[in-house]
Amino acid sequence: MRKIGKQEIEDIAVGAALLGTGGGGDPYIGKLMALQAIEENGPVTLLDIDEVPEDALVVPSSMMGAPTVMLEKVPSGEEAMEVFGKLEEFLGEDIYATFPIEAGGVNSMLPFALAARRGLPVIDADGMGRAFPELQMVTFYLDGIQATPAVIGDEKGNTALLSTIDNVWTERIARASAIQMGGSVMNAMYSMRGKNLKDSGIAGILKLEEEIGKTIRLAKANNVNAIQEVLKTVGGFELFRGKVTDIDRKTETGFARGTASFEGIGDYKEETLQLRFQNEHLLAQTDRRLLCVTPDLIAVLDAETGLPITTEGIRYGSRCVVIGIPCHEKWRTEKGIATVGPKYFGYDVEYTPVEELVRKGETE
Amino acid sequence: MSTYRIGIDVGGTHTDAVLLDQDNQVISETKSSTTEDVETGIYTAMHEVITKANVSPEHIRYAMLGTTHCTNAIVERKGLNNIAAVRIGAPATLAVKPLVGVPDDLRAALGKHVYLVRGGHEFDGREIVDLDEAHLYKIANEVKGEVDSIAITSVFSPVSTDHEERAKKIFQEVLGEDVAISLSAEIGSVGLLERENATILNASVIRVAKTAADGFINALKSENIDAKVFFGQNDGTLMSVDYAVRYPIFTVACGPTNSLRGASYLGNLSDAIVVDVGGTTSDVGVLIHSFPRESSLEVEIGGARTNFRMPDLISIGLGGGTIIHAEENEAFSIGPDSVGYRLPEKAMIFGGDTLTTTDVAVALGKVDLGDASKVAHLDKSWLNKVYEKMVELVEEAIDKMKTTADPIPVILVGGGSILLPTELKGASRVLRPEHSGVANAIGSAISQVSGQVERIYLLDEVGREHALESAKSEAKATAVNAGADPETLVIVDVEDVPLAYLPGNATRVRVKAAGELQRNA
Repeated sequence: MRKIGKQEIEDIAVGAALLGTGGGGDPYIGKLMALQAIEENGPVTLLDIDEVPEDALVVPSSMMGAPTVMLEKVPSGEEAMEVFGKLEEFLGEDIYATFPIEAGGVNSMLPFALAARRGLPVIDADGMGRAFPELQMVTFYLDGIQATPAVIGDEKGNTALLSTIDNVWTERIARASAIQMGGSVMNAMYSMRGKNLKDSGIAGILKLEEEIGKTIRLAKANNVNAIQEVLKTVGGFELFRGKVTDIDRKTETGFARGTASFEGIGDYKEETLQLRFQNEHLLAQTDRRLLCVTPDLIAVLDAETGLPITTEGIRYGSRCVVIGIPCHEKWRTEKGIATVGPKYFGYDVEYTPVEELVRKGETE
Repeated sequence: MSTYRIGIDVGGTHTDAVLLDQDNQVISETKSSTTEDVETGIYTAMHEVITKANVSPEHIRYAMLGTTHCTNAIVERKGLNNIAAVRIGAPATLAVKPLVGVPDDLRAALGKHVYLVRGGHEFDGREIVDLDEAHLYKIANEVKGEVDSIAITSVFSPVSTDHEERAKKIFQEVLGEDVAISLSAEIGSVGLLERENATILNASVIRVAKTAADGFINALKSENIDAKVFFGQNDGTLMSVDYAVRYPIFTVACGPTNSLRGASYLGNLSDAIVVDVGGTTSDVGVLIHSFPRESSLEVEIGGARTNFRMPDLISIGLGGGTIIHAEENEAFSIGPDSVGYRLPEKAMIFGGDTLTTTDVAVALGKVDLGDASKVAHLDKSWLNKVYEKMVELVEEAIDKMKTTADPIPVILVGGGSILLPTELKGASRVLRPEHSGVANAIGSAISQVSGQVERIYLLDEVGREHALESAKSEAKATAVNAGADPETLVIVDVEDVPLAYLPGNATRVRVKAAGELQRNA
């Protein structure tokens, strides 16, 4: 058990943006929410998963909808309180603690904003170990944990209690409601017991995010190469160095899909990287070979500062380093690959772990 | 009868002035030191450039000023207006209150009258809740006599400006027309906090801008010049003085843009890399269609995050005054320290004791300046190595900025540009045009007038074509408002970015129109 104050929040936000692999929106707004809540209510208690009783009711705090909407229509803070209250009412039981649903973007920060206001602890675990766009794309789903009963709510005071036959229906109904509520809502979904989280979640994710943030911050202060340090921290691989020469985006069925092209610089001269994204970066390949594909993580970092860049932030001329990070082993199962592998996102390639792709590239 | 225009650019070290004729030919140029009060430097430069030119003052019809007045006021928190910051958006947005995330001292200066009012819109233009007009009246009465400038920011005002417009009417009704009102929809794009910060900063420098404008006009008058006055904006275009005192925030950081635009004009190129070599650093930027390529990074002004666009530049520690440190075994390092504006006393060629990049260039016969005999004793082969390294630094920076491997033209400007050779790796050709030392002041003088809009459209409802047309005509109207000649308007930039997770193909459209100055205005 330890306390999370403002500096920890700053570091976690940077780490979350990196593990968010370009999606989930910039954690900036979530960070400010967490900072204001901590300023007004004091630091938040962080629990290791082993410190949580097995029968405790635990619920992640998350948002759903368009990150862009949230950047403009900033939450009131009451929505999250309201949906947790409504879920407790329905379940007839108090919620023991909250935790992040994903390690990316704004969702990595929201549990801290709520926890500070509600006086709840945050648990150091999540359901992705990265960011993904759909709400069934959590390791909880792989173990058959249901998203519902769930409550979603807006800042106007509207809430909706969802009880669905499976998580795909939850996604459909919740997303349609979210649009009516103004494009961005707060969720209380995937309520579970401490034991479920221990078995099905990814533990230690906040600690990793904090480490990443700290690494980048200290690298800058000590004038050392942030990217090499980050690779050590996350156990990742440098895939490419280049500048953005083209970016082709379109929105289909609500997702920002597209391709960014990078022309190699330095050791990668004469090579071109294609980066495909659907909110998150999902596939990286050169003309010759595949470099990294979902569910392994692909992060685009600013070549100078090492700071992560979101898909919406990729711009013509940006100089970047693309890195690959092995995903959690839970995603590398048959059901994991079926849920979040390349085929699900419509890419006709077989999943191969990034470390194997890197090894193959080196022997060529 | 020929007419003239005067362009002035206030930089960190120098205040430059140029006088151009109606064909934009340089008649005279001058460089003087920037003074602490800014004004004195401007008056000195203006007086010099006019005296040199021997042009009758009544023929000077236009005066353009690119200045750091507003930037300085914000950075030093000096001379700021007494403002009220009104955000319309409650019950949404309460989780991050206005000015959270900006430095404490700025918050203390600008956060005395902060209000959150019920209202605002959804992304699709529906009202979140009704606008709380009674609350606005109450606020207006409360701040009466307390503030002289009001910043109003409403949620999704880039989609619907209704609530901001209504709030403006209420404040004017209670406070009269003398209180300045800044509306966020006219200042920034989607991203509430960044737009709100920019609006608050705008409200806070109204008085500074007014004083600077009046001072500039008076200085012109004292030279018997009756010119139409324009201010340079950070996007490389001009705005009329009336417009500038309402939207002074757009004057922030116009310097680098002016120098890129000046380079474009002097080199007669619309697409090129520009290397601006100053005393301490060199800035490398990219021209696309005669305008600077913009950076994707958030821009902080005085520590407050805004969503302004700034030119995408890389700065390297190589300027005319950069110090060369000799080390053991013929090793050396270049800068990053510099003698800066003290070059005329510190450099060896001027009798000083510090070896600078300028000394190296003179010793190798690349530049004819000062007393070359003072550096004649230095080892030529060593100097050549130093010079090669200097050039390499610039070549690396150029390579970083290029988006393709194809060689492209490079334009050298700035006082230190004489140091660089006329051949550079990655460049199809290297130009060092005449008058390149005052490219920034020229950029200020030759600028066009522009208007920009950024809105969200639901393309499934309005259609892409209609959305673009509507944005284009709005951008053109804004440009005309700012002083552009409608006959010469062209659309210089169109960008549309679809927004993730929203139905109806919600898309952010940004359009910029630019045209020549309205001559007869």
